[in-house]
Amino acid sequence: MFDDSNLIVGLEIGTSKVCAAVGEQGADGALNIIGLGQSRSRGVRKGEVVDPAQAEEDVRNAIVEAEQMADVEIRSVYLGVTGGHVRGFNNRGVHPVVSADREISEDDVQDVVKNAKAINLPTENNVVHAIRQHFFVDGQDGVTNPVGMLGSRLEVDVHVVHGNTNRLQNAIRLVKGLQLEVDDIVFNGLASSLALLTAEQKELGALVIDIGGGTTDYVVYADGVIKHTGVLAVGGDHVSNDLAYGLKVPLSRAEKLKLEHGAALVDDAVKDQTLTLTNELGLPIKTINLEHLRQIMSLRFEEIFQLIAQDLEQAGLFDYLRAGVFLCGGGARVPQMASLAERMFQMPVILGRTNSISGLKSALDQPEFITAIGLAKFGSFKTRRREGKSPLTRGLKGVFGKLLQRP
Amino acid sequence: MPAKTMKTKLQDPAAAPGALPPPAARIFGVGNAGVGLLDAISGAEFSGASFVAVNTDGPSLAACSAAVKIHLETRLLRGLGTGGDPERGRALAEEQFATLQDACEGAGLVFIIAGLGGGAGSGICPVLARAAKEAGALVLAFVTLPFWCEGNRRQSQARHSLEQLKAAADGVICLPNQKAFKLIDENTGVLDTFHLTGGFLVEGLRGLWRLLTRPGLIQVHFDDVRALLCGRHAESAFACVEAAGPARSRETVEKLLKHPLLDDGRALAESDTVLVSLLGGKDLTMAEVNRVMEQIGRQCGRAQIVMGAAVDPGMKNRLSVTVMAATQAVAGNPAVAPESNPPAPVMGPETPVPSRRRRAPGLPADQPLVSGSRGPLAAPHAAGRGRRDKAKMLQAQLPLAIVSKGRFDKSEPTIHKGEDLDIPTFIRRGVLLN
Repeated sequence: MFDDSNLIVGLEIGTSKVCAAVGEQGADGALNIIGLGQSRSRGVRKGEVVDPAQAEEDVRNAIVEAEQMADVEIRSVYLGVTGGHVRGFNNRGVHPVVSADREISEDDVQDVVKNAKAINLPTENNVVHAIRQHFFVDGQDGVTNPVGMLGSRLEVDVHVVHGNTNRLQNAIRLVKGLQLEVDDIVFNGLASSLALLTAEQKELGALVIDIGGGTTDYVVYADGVIKHTGVLAVGGDHVSNDLAYGLKVPLSRAEKLKLEHGAALVDDAVKDQTLTLTNELGLPIKTINLEHLRQIMSLRFEEIFQLIAQDLEQAGLFDYLRAGVFLCGGGARVPQMASLAERMFQMPVILGRTNSISGLKSALDQPEFITAIGLAKFGSFKTRRREGKSPLTRGLKGVFGKLLQRP
Repeated sequence: MPAKTMKTKLQDPAAAPGALPPPAARIFGVGNAGVGLLDAISGAEFSGASFVAVNTDGPSLAACSAAVKIHLETRLLRGLGTGGDPERGRALAEEQFATLQDACEGAGLVFIIAGLGGGAGSGICPVLARAAKEAGALVLAFVTLPFWCEGNRRQSQARHSLEQLKAAADGVICLPNQKAFKLIDENTGVLDTFHLTGGFLVEGLRGLWRLLTRPGLIQVHFDDVRALLCGRHAESAFACVEAAGPARSRETVEKLLKHPLLDDGRALAESDTVLVSLLGGKDLTMAEVNRVMEQIGRQCGRAQIVMGAAVDPGMKNRLSVTVMAATQAVAGNPAVAPESNPPAPVMGPETPVPSRRRRAPGLPADQPLVSGSRGPLAAPHAAGRGRRDKAKMLQAQLPLAIVSKGRFDKSEPTIHKGEDLDIPTFIRRGVLLN
């Protein structure tokens, strides 16, 4: 039987589906995915819970399915969060080293990270992650672990991800209502990048774009650390909505058309092609133009990539992305998505594969599950370096950064 | 001619024409309110300016510390002041027009401080402004309008006087007391309230004064202000805010944009000239100045901005920003608008028309109001109106086509740089599907 303490569960309450991934941590620390559960999500819009009762039922279904598949009992989860309110930015903290011998101690490191986190957030916001990037000792750049070094002034760059406390709490409360513990909350984009990227790719620099149902999350790695995160509250739902509006069909029909005939590019094959929609009796009710369908979709995806590209350009990160762009989420399934992204970013685009996980390989190799798997992976990182159980409040403040960055 | 006693004591040693440094300024306090305020401001801060108190009320003048006091009185008033009737004040002032003009002689810049609504302030101010103008000075009036609770009569008197003042002075900075209400604590006493609103007025004057006189990072010359305001007959809104600490530049801008006297920043957007005066300690940085100016500049799209930044060692760690937004006051005064095109003799339309009609009978008829000194002002005036016309053509856009957002109708909109991303992309980009 499985020992509970080795069980790590990632739960993503997405806009289009709820997904739970059950991982088992082996003795060597490697994560093995042993179960997956999913359920259609009905109580979430743009990545945030809008109908708790409905969402609760969906979460229960997904958890039950995962429990059955893995044959375990789930007690606690790592919960993924996203939404338009989640923001990321870089901040620097400074701390003078005051000990007589000028040797930097573990306490100094804790203090400088604390200073870096003490930022001017709106009162209603809370820090989700504060991820260490680099230390500076007396202005000397690129120090990864300053403990034991000599210096008088210690600085650290952190990447802070923060969001509206109440909205974050909504999802947490929902999960707690199901008698599940929340080990920690994790930004979805970060989880996806953990599941997708190898250490080498992080070092080279990579952009991970997770195109979900309600939001598009993106994360930039460069020199092995997270440099930038962002959320656009635009996703597959918007595509369906655009189609429903542009083609004048009901939303459910638009959803179906998107899946059956959608693509990210307008190619010559669909020029002047039409499609006759029929009702349940097989009688024709409406004719739509496939080219229009493609055009509407293509414009929307193009815009999403454009907005991300603009954001990265502003942050000056384009030159760091030597490993290319990684796509995941349901949006990565759209045909020709990679070509569109290639055209927009002018760099190699890779459809995401969960490279860094062992387990049910073929079943897991779906772009939709990457976030849930990444959440489990986050948990495995954390438990591997466990320092005793931390309550949620501390988890909220981003124990992650401290743990992940330690060699 | 009715007998009159004229107590004019022109004892200002600096008043000799030509003896003053360039912005030879004279600050007039008119009426009870104005004379009271004059006491509040006189002092070291306004060095280089001379003070003149003008009133019809003897006791108030006697209590005043101003160097020059002009007591307007006739036997008709029997020492009782104007009794709240602006016509009496006006008649008196007209009668002693020459005296007032003498008092303005040699000044480049005349500030008039008064509370409108009563007899003396409302009646004398427009005449004094005209006198100063004819003496060749640039005239700026700082006036308050009464509270609503002071009654209709005072309101309409004040409004009327304000119109005349606008026509006569180069710039009127007007503080409706009612607006200042929002700035005042509930528990403030009546006396304190008047004191406070007067304080705002003084604050505006002080800001302008600093702009002109303090050695600055960025100096504004008297000529700049003169060129901006000269002959514009503008009405101005102003606000003065102060903040301290490291985030002071951001704070001041935030306060400014929320300031009730600027109508929550709307006054800036509607104005066509904006004067910004920054005053900070020695630690005032150019970056801060830049930040403030950038924000203000964004608010007032088409306005011409004049800014000055000054340093006062006493302001350590603090930043004070005074903003004056002037709006061309041509609209609503049809007498001025159509006729000032011929450049030379434009005196007729600039004379406040209603004033003549309402002059009280029995008192001496006014002299013809023509004088050569105002000729050159016609040109900038005309230019100013040209700008105004352009501004009028700006038209707000109405959202005519309302696009349904389908399933996102009720959710929080996704606004990215002002664009609603919930609306289909092809509609926002105007792609036609046919």
